[in-house]
Amino acid sequence: MSKHKKIETNDIKDWYLGRFSAFENHLNGSRDIPFHAVRKNALSTFSALGFPGRRDEEWKYTNIAPLLKHQFGLAGEVGNVTEETLRPYLFEGLENNRAVLLNGRYSEALSNYRTAARGVIVCSMKTALKQHAALVEPHLGRYARLEDEAFVALNTAFVNDGVFVYVPDDTVVEEPLHLLFLSDATAHSFFTSPRILLVAGKNSRMKIVETHNGLGDHAYFTNVVTEAVNGAGAKVDYVKLQDERPNAYHISHLQAHQERDSNFSFLNFDIGGRLVRNNLNLALKAENCEGHLIGFYIGGGRQHIDNHTAIDHAMPNCFSNELYKGILGGKASGVFNGKIFVRQDAQKTNAYQNNKALLLSDDATINSKPQLEIFADDVKCSHGATVGQLDDEALFYLQARGIPKAKAQAMLQYAFASDVFNYIPLESVREKIDQLVHERFDNI
Amino acid sequence: MISIKDLQVAVEGNLILKGVNLEVKPGEVHAIMGPNGSGKSTLANVLAGREEYEVTGGAVSFEGKDLLEMGPEDRAREGLFLAFQYPVEIPGVSNVNFMKTAVNEIREYRGLEKLDAMEFLSLVKEKMRLVEMDEKFLSRSVNEGFSGGEKKRNEIFQLAVLEPKLAIMDETDSGLDIDALRIVANGVNKLRSKERSFVVITHYQRLLNYIVPDFVHVLVNGKIVESGGKELALQLEEHGYDWIKNEQAAATL
Repeated sequence: MSKHKKIETNDIKDWYLGRFSAFENHLNGSRDIPFHAVRKNALSTFSALGFPGRRDEEWKYTNIAPLLKHQFGLAGEVGNVTEETLRPYLFEGLENNRAVLLNGRYSEALSNYRTAARGVIVCSMKTALKQHAALVEPHLGRYARLEDEAFVALNTAFVNDGVFVYVPDDTVVEEPLHLLFLSDATAHSFFTSPRILLVAGKNSRMKIVETHNGLGDHAYFTNVVTEAVNGAGAKVDYVKLQDERPNAYHISHLQAHQERDSNFSFLNFDIGGRLVRNNLNLALKAENCEGHLIGFYIGGGRQHIDNHTAIDHAMPNCFSNELYKGILGGKASGVFNGKIFVRQDAQKTNAYQNNKALLLSDDATINSKPQLEIFADDVKCSHGATVGQLDDEALFYLQARGIPKAKAQAMLQYAFASDVFNYIPLESVREKIDQLVHERFDNI
Repeated sequence: MISIKDLQVAVEGNLILKGVNLEVKPGEVHAIMGPNGSGKSTLANVLAGREEYEVTGGAVSFEGKDLLEMGPEDRAREGLFLAFQYPVEIPGVSNVNFMKTAVNEIREYRGLEKLDAMEFLSLVKEKMRLVEMDEKFLSRSVNEGFSGGEKKRNEIFQLAVLEPKLAIMDETDSGLDIDALRIVANGVNKLRSKERSFVVITHYQRLLNYIVPDFVHVLVNGKIVESGGKELALQLEEHGYDWIKNEQAAATL
């Protein structure tokens, strides 16, 4: 007979609700800003929604029970992080283009982003809420809907920091921005709720690389929400690399809003983490937009990686392109859910979706679900999904030329993924991700 | 070079090779001819190390080492090369990356320095000329979208780059028109040397007009039933395989 009390989902919800007063006490001045009402509202929404369970259609294949077993507290100050600590996570040529977040908090000391472009703002969300409220408030929390997603509500309730990126109209930013998130779990467990708001003005150009890494072996939980506002004619290239610790829970939510003629491209590479869920939503709200969602994931052991995408074609003449590829070994599991809505007004829509998974072991699984809802009649939509194993014939062919089996397998895995890597717009980022993925091939 | 003794091989429980004996010395070219289903390709594949083939008896020694104990990659590194009957398409792996990896794996195994990018490039360019291959094939994915002839030329190109001691050509002539056949055969002839041996497996005598063998063996129903010089191929061409099958049948009466 076990005397342990089973932690119910409601208990853990209460646990997070209970962190709020401690959180408020740490806020000091930022408690008095108008945004605090948004936080409180988000908290009650979270309280009403509770954590999703497997009966929720959107969470059918992602069991968050392991996450809910933890009682994560607020993140404390980070130990001694220096330039040296950051070095492994930097990209060549982008070393001096970075904004650094330690345990979800913006580090003024380690951030060094500069650009020659005028009027560009890259700063902590904390600062932005105080000093740039007029630029932030019209957007923050206006796109990522709390009511639809408990994790967005949880993030919003606990938002204190993160990054605000503002690019004025007609501004081309030549220097890519590296958002470097580092979670230090050497001493204890915690959860973080960083928030990213990108406002790209009309006809602006911006490239962002967001990375997530960790230190130490304690479990931790990153719950990040990104809102990306693309003004008319804006072109934004966004690359996200999630390489968290094996004990990490990583839940992310992207909500991109696109105005006329804008082009937004989001690439996410998931190579770390214990349980990973990415909600990736593009709203093509005006004519002539182009949206890309491209992803690659690799999982081994008991990793779980879930990409939930939704592309909303609201207006005519828009183009969207989705390509997701994953490699799973061990007892790893993956989910791809691809929703495409084509609203009644969205005539002449072109929407492509493709997802492919490579299973390296008998115990690896993938659940793949395309979901197209089309209400317009003059559209081109296509979707494809394949699940396969490594080609034994190809493997033998490589071996027969003297290439050892493990290396031959890695070559074939890389070949499977190579078209995804070609989408990475920055060479040094491509090379680094390339190298990290190769290292993962060797011990999947 | 290679010594095959009483080799017996089964595929999915069916005995395909029923005791093959073959001795190839350095510099020799041996042709193995036989009708469909005689076990020619099985012989080629089992020597290269394909797993689905189960050796149920016999022995193969390659340069004094037990070949059957080695994995396919070690056989290649020891100097055995199989030119595939059906070269495999590998989307996403470029020909140049494939060959560079292979060359350096083999060099490393033999205790040689790896080739740097420049050395490698001049090597492959030289070898491409040998088989009249356009350099654009280097950057293309291995065999992907290649015509039948291009695939076979790519096999000979790989042979030229990897410089094996023994090359087994598995029906390299199949599916080739006369021009492609000539290019492939010229490539092979230029690669013949006192040290390098070839085992040329073919259904038709045609290829042997271009690659003239020192010995011809006839494989029927999993056994070599007749061996001779190059004139044996011509006899087969004239009389067909039935002639030899009948002769066999008569001998067993």
